[in-house]
Amino acid sequence: MKIFNWVTKDTNFNFMKAAKPTFIVSTLLVILSFVSFAVKGFNYGIDFSGGILIEIESPEAIDAESLRKQLTEVKLDDLNIQSIGDSGQEFMIRAQAESLDEKAQMAAVSEIKNVLGSDYEYKRVELVGPQVGSELKRAGLLASVGAILAISLYIWIRFEWQFALGAMIGLFHDLIITAGLLSFFHLDFSLTTVAALLTLAGYSVNDTVVTYDRIRENLQKFRRMPQTDLLNKSINDILSRTILTGLTTLLAAGALFIWGGDALRSFSFTIVWGILIGTYSSIYVCGTFLNLFDLRAAQDDKNINPFGNVD
Amino acid sequence: MYKLSTSRVFLILAICAVGIFFAVPNMLKDKDSLPKWWQPVNLGLDLQGGSNLLLQVKMDDVLKERMSTIEDSVRQVLRDNRIRYKNLQANSDGVTVEIENAGSRATAISKFSKIDDGLEIVEDGNNVITIKYSDFAINQLKAKVVDQSIEIVRRRIDELGTKEPVIQGQGRDRIVVQLPGLQNPEAVKVLLGKTAKMSFHMVDSRSTAADARRGMLSSSSRLVSGDGGTYVISRKPVVGGENLIDAQVAYQDGSPVVSFKFNTIGGKKFGEATKNNVGERLAIVLDNEVISAPTIQSAILGGSGVITGNFDVKSANDLALLLRSGALPAPLEVIEERTVGAGLGADSIKAGVFASIIGLICVVLFMLAAYGLFGLFTTITVFINLFLMLGVLSIMGATLTLPGIAGVILTIGMAVDANVLIFERMREEVKNGRSTRDAADAGFTEAWRTILDSNLTTLVAGFVLFYFGTGPVRGFAVTLTVGVLTSMFTSVTVSRLIITYWLNRFKPKKLPI
Repeated sequence: MKIFNWVTKDTNFNFMKAAKPTFIVSTLLVILSFVSFAVKGFNYGIDFSGGILIEIESPEAIDAESLRKQLTEVKLDDLNIQSIGDSGQEFMIRAQAESLDEKAQMAAVSEIKNVLGSDYEYKRVELVGPQVGSELKRAGLLASVGAILAISLYIWIRFEWQFALGAMIGLFHDLIITAGLLSFFHLDFSLTTVAALLTLAGYSVNDTVVTYDRIRENLQKFRRMPQTDLLNKSINDILSRTILTGLTTLLAAGALFIWGGDALRSFSFTIVWGILIGTYSSIYVCGTFLNLFDLRAAQDDKNINPFGNVD
Repeated sequence: MYKLSTSRVFLILAICAVGIFFAVPNMLKDKDSLPKWWQPVNLGLDLQGGSNLLLQVKMDDVLKERMSTIEDSVRQVLRDNRIRYKNLQANSDGVTVEIENAGSRATAISKFSKIDDGLEIVEDGNNVITIKYSDFAINQLKAKVVDQSIEIVRRRIDELGTKEPVIQGQGRDRIVVQLPGLQNPEAVKVLLGKTAKMSFHMVDSRSTAADARRGMLSSSSRLVSGDGGTYVISRKPVVGGENLIDAQVAYQDGSPVVSFKFNTIGGKKFGEATKNNVGERLAIVLDNEVISAPTIQSAILGGSGVITGNFDVKSANDLALLLRSGALPAPLEVIEERTVGAGLGADSIKAGVFASIIGLICVVLFMLAAYGLFGLFTTITVFINLFLMLGVLSIMGATLTLPGIAGVILTIGMAVDANVLIFERMREEVKNGRSTRDAADAGFTEAWRTILDSNLTTLVAGFVLFYFGTGPVRGFAVTLTVGVLTSMFTSVTVSRLIITYWLNRFKPKKLPI
């Protein structure tokens, strides 16, 4: 029944050798992400920006031009029409004008329905008032900050400070680059995106914790081994686990991405990407970061407050 | 060594059995006849289709109205006591009035406090008195307004015959309305957008609208438009809509009218007013608009009457419904709507379930390919986990949303991590020269700490998402959290049970990893 042999094979890769190039790549990606935040910003969905979104479907292919013409009757400045799916029978109508208050939004929705009549099936109608939008934005931000703080707290309690710092750097590395990707490709940034980002945060730290656990264990076990070798050995020790778990989660998330439907597309994309970068970072960000310190010395004075002895 | 004591085996199997038992309703075709305690998991509106409306109770309007009533009382008090005043003003925060004479000011303050309970009267240094409600009274008022609004919203929606609506308060001044299966909530939105405050007023026959515009409006009258004109009506209603007990559509000369019926008090007031004012006009005012203003032909003593107006069948129906279910104490505004068509919901379920099955198959095949026999054991635990998860969600009465399905798939993928950790550890222990049984035991005990650690971070993310998330995201948080917990149980406890049983039964020379 067993088909893969590589899983149970012992590996001996020299991961630390690539520390420098990966450091450069990671730093560059983080910088590029920040550039993208500044230049392109985020494509906030109506969850956060407020606005209306209507998805319609027709039994026949919809002519975009005539739909557009029909909708000019609705006096809205910022009406966005976009085909969804490949059939050409489904369209999304979106308006995000900041100036629209709740009453105007409601009027716009009923007017659009009036203009389009009953030729279409309304698959989805969403209306988010500006007030609710800003509240959801705040809730999303609070959730993100809360989750990151809670995870960080856990890491700080659980590890020595070098490890905790490494895990935090890895976590922020993953979150920033993923957000950068969402910004760069102008992907929809909604409440579900926040959920995906936090799941990613959980996964990323999870992977790092497993790696660090092994490093700590090996530090105790192999007291004479040079640190670089020890880090390499630790990562190799659990490499099969890293790959196996990464692959199974990737398979699940990939199935979701391909077959899970449009509504979950950007969510599952974020997760798929998150698994890849989370796996990468637990080796090349969190792992290599530790090599900047003398861990053995740190282990020996584990009981001394790290903030107390600067000399 | 790990012992398979009977009680332990029994406990583990019992937990699995209970979980699976409660998961079963999700598999059944006929879900309607199931007992209340044995139900499938609820489907979110994004999966079953329906409309979710968030309504804002416009408290400001209520407060403004309250304050204008108080303003009237204040004016009355000042007049009755012959107190000179100026700058009497009302806004939603309170009523202010300026009284220069210190003695009258003191009299006024003592009288003002008797106007209503919960009033706070503050005097500033410049002869200005501010009358407002205490925070406590305001909060009580708000809570009462929201409660009443929920009740009225429920009555209106029940009248429409929507199945299983959920109507509940959210926060201090909001109401959530969930209408499963409703595809087009425009009609509901229109109905909920009307406060439906009705009252009957005498039309002031002494002054015309034109007089009123020139400023010749007596303080006991006001100007209201509607029914193709502008009317001067008495400020004080003859009788208010709160005295109505029924309203129905009827037909008069073939066109629809709304017939209504008063309670005893209302009927008496209405009878008296119509008796004393035969020949005068009576204005029927709804939400500050005159629907019609018929001339009173004779006293109407039976406590019932009809409203004629420019109705078609639908508008007559709507008005009757609104009057029957009562007036909202405050206007409502839709500040969020999420409507999903039943077709899209069904598509989402199909896509979600399909992706889950494919994901499950991929993961299982992969584990079999990687670990052989132990992969088979993992497969068993993955399936038990799936049932347990569904069972727990069903027991909790949780709502499964589309992101929730995503959570199920993700936990399937992540749950095998625990098994992988255990198996890898066993392999190492074998390599280190431990005996088969020792290695198997060590695999579980040594990996446990790591499993706990790594799952805790996901749990933390899940809890935070649950706390801050709304709607679908919360659904995701629930399945993620439940999935992580049940998977820890299955991949550690159940796996161990299976592997120990296998070791005892077959006494293998080496582990197949």
